[in-house]
Amino acid sequence: MIFGVDVASMLLGGVAAGMVLFIVSVGLSVTMGLMGFVNLAHGGFAMLGGYAIVQAMKHGGLGFVPALAVGFVATAAVSLVFERLLYARLYRATELDQVLFTIGLVFIMIASVTLLFGPENQPLALPPLLQGQIDLGITQYRTYSVVLIVIGIVMVVGLWLAFERTRMGAQIRAAVDNRRMAESLGINIDRLFTVTFAFGSGMAALGGGLGAEFLGLDPQYALKYLVYFLIVVAVGGLGRVTGVFYAALLIGVLDFVLKKYVPQGGTAFIYVLTILLLLWRPQGLFRGKAT
Amino acid sequence: MTSSSPSLADHPAALALAGRHRLRVWEPIPWVLAIALYFAFPKHLGFGTELLVTILFAISLDLVLGYAGIVTLGHAAFFGTGAYTVGMLAKHGIWNEPITGLILAAVVAAAVGLGSGLVLLRTQGLTLLMLTLCTMALLEEAANLGHDYTGGFDGLDNVPIAPLFGVFEFDPLYPTTQYLYVLAVLCLCFAFVRTLVYSPFGQSLTGIRENMLRMHAVGAPVRARLVTCYSLSAAIAGIAGGIWAQANAYVNLGTLGLDRAATVLIILVLGGYGRLYGAFIGAVAYMVLSHFLAKIYPTAWQLGLGLLLVLIALFARNGILGMGEALWRRLRATRAAS
Repeated sequence: MIFGVDVASMLLGGVAAGMVLFIVSVGLSVTMGLMGFVNLAHGGFAMLGGYAIVQAMKHGGLGFVPALAVGFVATAAVSLVFERLLYARLYRATELDQVLFTIGLVFIMIASVTLLFGPENQPLALPPLLQGQIDLGITQYRTYSVVLIVIGIVMVVGLWLAFERTRMGAQIRAAVDNRRMAESLGINIDRLFTVTFAFGSGMAALGGGLGAEFLGLDPQYALKYLVYFLIVVAVGGLGRVTGVFYAALLIGVLDFVLKKYVPQGGTAFIYVLTILLLLWRPQGLFRGKAT
Repeated sequence: MTSSSPSLADHPAALALAGRHRLRVWEPIPWVLAIALYFAFPKHLGFGTELLVTILFAISLDLVLGYAGIVTLGHAAFFGTGAYTVGMLAKHGIWNEPITGLILAAVVAAAVGLGSGLVLLRTQGLTLLMLTLCTMALLEEAANLGHDYTGGFDGLDNVPIAPLFGVFEFDPLYPTTQYLYVLAVLCLCFAFVRTLVYSPFGQSLTGIRENMLRMHAVGAPVRARLVTCYSLSAAIAGIAGGIWAQANAYVNLGTLGLDRAATVLIILVLGGYGRLYGAFIGAVAYMVLSHFLAKIYPTAWQLGLGLLLVLIALFARNGILGMGEALWRRLRATRAAS
């Protein structure tokens, strides 16, 4: 029984981490799939969002949930401006130029945040309702992790419905599979991309705020977790909501379990796994049949 | 332009193609400057050595990135491999002769490059980018975990290196030997790379960069060329790492880190990639700026670097050297017109 409880609480912790990974990475997957744009600044948007949320709570006196909404809107708006003014110039540029541009953008974000708020970690005060433990029948567990899992499930179901059942979702799927064909059918790819880019950055902001409790939030956030977001996207496949979801759960749980049982070398295992998965399925593990 | 000559061999384009491997008048300048630096700033030779090693590392990256068009974020993997090869062999008392040590570093790094290149270079785009990044991170983790051999997080310090030719000591306080030694190695490696990129092999690399599909179509062995180039570049990066370890007498995890890989990429792009001397210009510009700015205003330095990268990506894709070339061409055009 002890073993069972242990496994359950391990899984819960890992799944909660995976949900945050999913919320941050899903936008990256869709925008990379749509435009083939290597956006290394995505972690930067997650960090900006986290800062917006913390500031809104600290100085705006907002509650946690309204602050999340503010963070979403603010980050989406900022990314919209960036997309129209800067990203749009580089859609047809080489991969190297995109990599350089987005690395430069990350540096600018990190430096500006450091100048404005200092290099130290920004503590995020959870509302009392979300603190403490909750009784799940088989085991006691941290309320916040359970809430994260619920939020993650709601989001994946919502995004899946939006992707599979709405007109815009169908347009995105068409554009990911074959951009030229979709364009010649009259789908306005540029506008589609602008909207998904802003939405994806807003999601990253939510992830930054929701995950700040256990990932921390400091200027280096933008680079520290970037490799994880990229691994999730690469393993999950570009432009695939469900693929990213499974990949995020897989990486989240593995990382959580390995860091607990094999504190030295757990990270190495994630890298080995990623290399093997990518060599086996270069298009991503959960990429459906391209039709 | 008078292009109405009867024979194609006299065509300006044909002449330019036939003569592009020749030495230009200005090509000795960097070497003269390097020797002048030795006499002019004897107190800054430590910095000078670091600069020369960075140039060597950037040249190795130029071979894969600028000529073969392989976008990699993990080139420090080979720098670190070379550095750890030299450091571990010397620290554990197995081998500490500097020149043969460098050859060993090159061989080990080339082997790692060959092994990983055979596997990684099947992929492209984001997958390739991630695989190079993960390979480097994996090596870094391995160096961290094997602390009995690698010193783990602290690295290896006071690595004993035998005197060069049995005569010239590597003195950390007066790095005159290091400077001249690194300069000689850089010169040799540069001569090799310069010959390579103007050879038919180098031309086929450029072809692969410009249009891989067409190179397949004309029957070029694309994969084999890419893998060969990747391991040659790895060998040179290994030499750069090995010589860095010898000159500083220590090795640490930073030699394998993302920071180093990103810095060398920035240096190369700043100078201009795919054009031999970009590595020189970029390294000098970056290292001098960072030497004076980064220590005083680290945050402002990062902000400026970010702005610079964004500007380069948006407006000046060929770096400082590319801008200089464009300016030069425009000057010549206006002079020819007037």
